Amino acid sequence: MSTVTHTDEDLATTLGPPAAPVSAPRRTDPGRTDPGRGWRPSLPESAASRAALFFIAPSLLVIGAFFFLPVAAALALSLTDFDLYALADPGTARFVGLKNYVELAGDPDFWQALRNTAYFVVVGGPLSVAVSLGAALLVSSKLTRWKGLWRTVFFAPVVTTLVAVAVVWRYLYNAEYGLLNSALGAVGIEGVDWLGDPAWAMPAIIGLAVWKNFGYNMIIFVAGLAGVPEELYEAAELDGAGWWARFRHITVPELAPTFLFVGVITMIGYFQLFAEPYVMTEGGPLRATVSVVYLMYEEGFKWWNLGYASAVAFVLFALMMVGTLIQLRLQRSDP
Amino acid sequence: MTLRPLLLLLGVALGSLGGCAEADEGEVVLEFWAMGAEGEKVQPLIERFEAEHPGIRVEVQQQPWTSVHEKLLTAFAGRSTPDVSQFGNTWVAEMQALGALEDLTPYVHRSEAVDEGDYFGGIWDTNVIDGRLWGVPWYVDTRILFYRTDLFAEAGYDAMPTTWDGWLEAMRAVQAVQPDGGYPILLPVNEFEPPLILGLNTAELLRDGGRYGNFASPAFREAFAFYVGLYREGLAPATSGTEISNLYQEFDRGRFASTITGPWNIGEFQRRLTEHPDDWGTAPIPGPTAGTPGVSVAGGASLVIFEASEHKAEAWELVEFLSRPEVQIEFNRLTGDLPPRASAWEASGLADDRYARAFFEQLGRVRPTPKIPEQERIAQTIRTYGEAAARGQMTIDEALAALDADVDRILEKRRWLLDREAEG
Repeated sequence: MSTVTHTDEDLATTLGPPAAPVSAPRRTDPGRTDPGRGWRPSLPESAASRAALFFIAPSLLVIGAFFFLPVAAALALSLTDFDLYALADPGTARFVGLKNYVELAGDPDFWQALRNTAYFVVVGGPLSVAVSLGAALLVSSKLTRWKGLWRTVFFAPVVTTLVAVAVVWRYLYNAEYGLLNSALGAVGIEGVDWLGDPAWAMPAIIGLAVWKNFGYNMIIFVAGLAGVPEELYEAAELDGAGWWARFRHITVPELAPTFLFVGVITMIGYFQLFAEPYVMTEGGPLRATVSVVYLMYEEGFKWWNLGYASAVAFVLFALMMVGTLIQLRLQRSDP
Repeated sequence: MTLRPLLLLLGVALGSLGGCAEADEGEVVLEFWAMGAEGEKVQPLIERFEAEHPGIRVEVQQQPWTSVHEKLLTAFAGRSTPDVSQFGNTWVAEMQALGALEDLTPYVHRSEAVDEGDYFGGIWDTNVIDGRLWGVPWYVDTRILFYRTDLFAEAGYDAMPTTWDGWLEAMRAVQAVQPDGGYPILLPVNEFEPPLILGLNTAELLRDGGRYGNFASPAFREAFAFYVGLYREGLAPATSGTEISNLYQEFDRGRFASTITGPWNIGEFQRRLTEHPDDWGTAPIPGPTAGTPGVSVAGGASLVIFEASEHKAEAWELVEFLSRPEVQIEFNRLTGDLPPRASAWEASGLADDRYARAFFEQLGRVRPTPKIPEQERIAQTIRTYGEAAARGQMTIDEALAALDADVDRILEKRRWLLDREAEG
């Protein structure tokens, strides 16, 4: 493909479908003066929306029954003290208003879980994205041979079962016989009790999570990189730009939409940290690896405090919402 | 359009639900949940039972210990409980409060096979709530001391002292003869049993009929201070069990000279202490003072029948079969689990066994933990603050005050229910 066709396409998309907005009959609607919304289908609006409703009704029903209803029920549950006793006799569930949320705000366990989760998201998330990008650059490089093989190898951890992987990683992390400490010992660094030391357990979990997940984002980055026009690099190279300058001024801006997608998806995924501590540490040592979702699981399914657990769920939802909005805002203001 | 595959799925799901318990004409299928090693090794006994009872087929479902508690609760919520289940005896109160269990009192009254007088009283008692029996002990479990007899002898102790003061002196003396960096006792800080057992020795864990925690009381504080003191003095390492990769090797090397653990470790110690195969022994838990012999926690597993079972008579036959002394002896050979009946101990020679004897003695002095649904959570809370104090992150009084506050919060609903009941 040449530079000329590229510009042609661009031109075509900017112009849009010719003349349609102007020729369509304009409805006189005093509330709507937005000039961009001139185009209307030929059906009368009420009939059109009825037809649309008819087509989306099945999906709406399913979403309503299996998504909105449970969410509403959970919200209601979070305003009660539904617990083990209520499981036996629903009559013992009490409406407590926002008490669960107030108690949550004063629960050191919850703050600890929140700190742990924040640690995991703030350190693990960017690390995971960076590793994914690095791997994507490597497997996309012109110098790399057997690209397909490498992509498969790097993607393999994503599709393996976490529990099986965790067993192996527990051996790697073993304080005395683990491969990791042996390797450190070989270069003269004293080993660490990875899963037993409260200070190192979360880094150990992050290590596993990054290794397990980077392949997925790598594939997305590979797709993003494939969309960066080669001629930009050629032009930059002719202008004397080095590897770093090309990366900084071409790759990164061209990948901006990919970054947004990967960032949001990774953040949402990392906020939901659960399986890794569940199989590796059971939240220990000293609750250093209890995440918000793990706390929710404990409250809900270990202690059967469903009301409290639902409150945890909604707080987590709110946090993820805020996190996503912040990311959208940050990335939008990026040049 | 979207609904059709969904309905199809639903139909398949319902169809498979109906097909779950299919059986031959006239044959009763019992669903029996058993955990871990028991689930694995009980099969030969089940085959004997089936041979004796041609009309009954038993499906043993093996469950992992780590998640079975959640599974049972979920099964109850989803109305899919098994007919019979092995059951940690600290869970009985919880399931009984749910109304999930069948009252076994009338069954035992009629039974000739299950004789209450033959069981360890403290263990039997864990299954009794409000004067009714909800489970029959299947095997018993308690925690006692395992120790290196040679190291204790070298320090001048031919037997384990029976009071806490003597015990403390002995541990100090042992540390002097241990290799450098050794600890006289290992009490992993992620286990709730050690602080719980010491507490059971001096105090009631809850007060006012299980309405409030009793942890800041002088009685509990004495035990807690003893526990924390072991770490502060360097007699026990403030590490969790997961940090010790091979307990037996460390024991063999003399890095640890004693620990508080359960009966399954008799077999492990016999197999895995290779350098000092004969230099270890077991002893009951010492008591706080000379006049009060040490108690330990009444643990183990019971067999329960679920209220929702449609084959309770057959389920009871299985419980009776597994409760026969000769079957229990066989079960002990298969699993190493200790039988709950004195006659089984005597007939098998276990009561005179060098290592099991101390368990026999301790089982005569076991105390159940509070029989309320919140107990599991309270035990975990004790562990949390025990660990915080042992690691030096909280003082003893801070930890106990926080423990009381947490436990009182856990018991809030219970107080409300009790008060409501009292009002009528």
